[in-house]
Amino acid sequence: MTLNDVKEILNADVLVGQDQMDMEVKTAFGADLMSDVLAFAKSGSLLLTGLTNPQVIRTSDILDIAAIVMVRGKKPVPETIRLAEELKIPVLSTKYILFETAGRLYEKGIKGCVERVDSNIERS
Amino acid sequence: MNAPEKPIHESSYTVEGGNFDEAGKVSSQIKANLKKLHLSKDVVMKASLVAYESEINIVSYAKKGMIQLSVTPQKVKIETIDEGQGIPDIDLAMQEGYSTATSKIREMGFGAGMGLCNIKKFSDLFQITSEIGKGTHLKMIINIVNNAP
Repeated sequence: MTLNDVKEILNADVLVGQDQMDMEVKTAFGADLMSDVLAFAKSGSLLLTGLTNPQVIRTSDILDIAAIVMVRGKKPVPETIRLAEELKIPVLSTKYILFETAGRLYEKGIKGCVERVDSNIERS
Repeated sequence: MNAPEKPIHESSYTVEGGNFDEAGKVSSQIKANLKKLHLSKDVVMKASLVAYESEINIVSYAKKGMIQLSVTPQKVKIETIDEGQGIPDIDLAMQEGYSTATSKIREMGFGAGMGLCNIKKFSDLFQITSEIGKGTHLKMIINIVNNAP
């Protein structure tokens, strides 16, 4: 689906990247702990998170995350927006909680970027 | 035969301890520099990830630090040298989940005791030495050859 579909499904506001809404996404990862995102998220995935500080953007930049969905109605600080604009990473904000956000996207075909974590998971 | 390969890229960066607003900036620069070298996506990601977790550690725990990047046709080497409190028990610090993080660090989405584990996991070679009251020295190697796509 496209980011525009994601926006519709989640009734989300587009905070950054209005011009990138035709981007295709197939997978997602959800966490508030950036170390977990670094350990498990895959490039090209959506990141669903309740964290709103600039580190979310930095982490997404390092991993080539496709776009960020901030859940629970969270709005980022201006510095986060500025950095996302600079690094061209789309940011959406939805009022749904993380569980609902994930469920609604999954129902429409978005899969986890990893299904489960077994020992010694390899980044590739 | 095994003469050290000549670096195709070398750069070094200063990281200011306690400056949480800027944390990650250096790693973004490192990633941008690595991208210019036409390495595989996997190598660029592993190296920037390792640099980023190390940078977060310097910002979180040291007064200041330096990150050095050196790339040869065979490998990416990242070294971090910081001036800080040092790590009293490295085995304990390497245990996943062990952390001495402050609330400030946790607010950033870190401090869950995963940083050093992530660094080790995504490096092909990882060395750590530390001296109490002086600082910590990390050396990470990511192989280019074995990580070819």
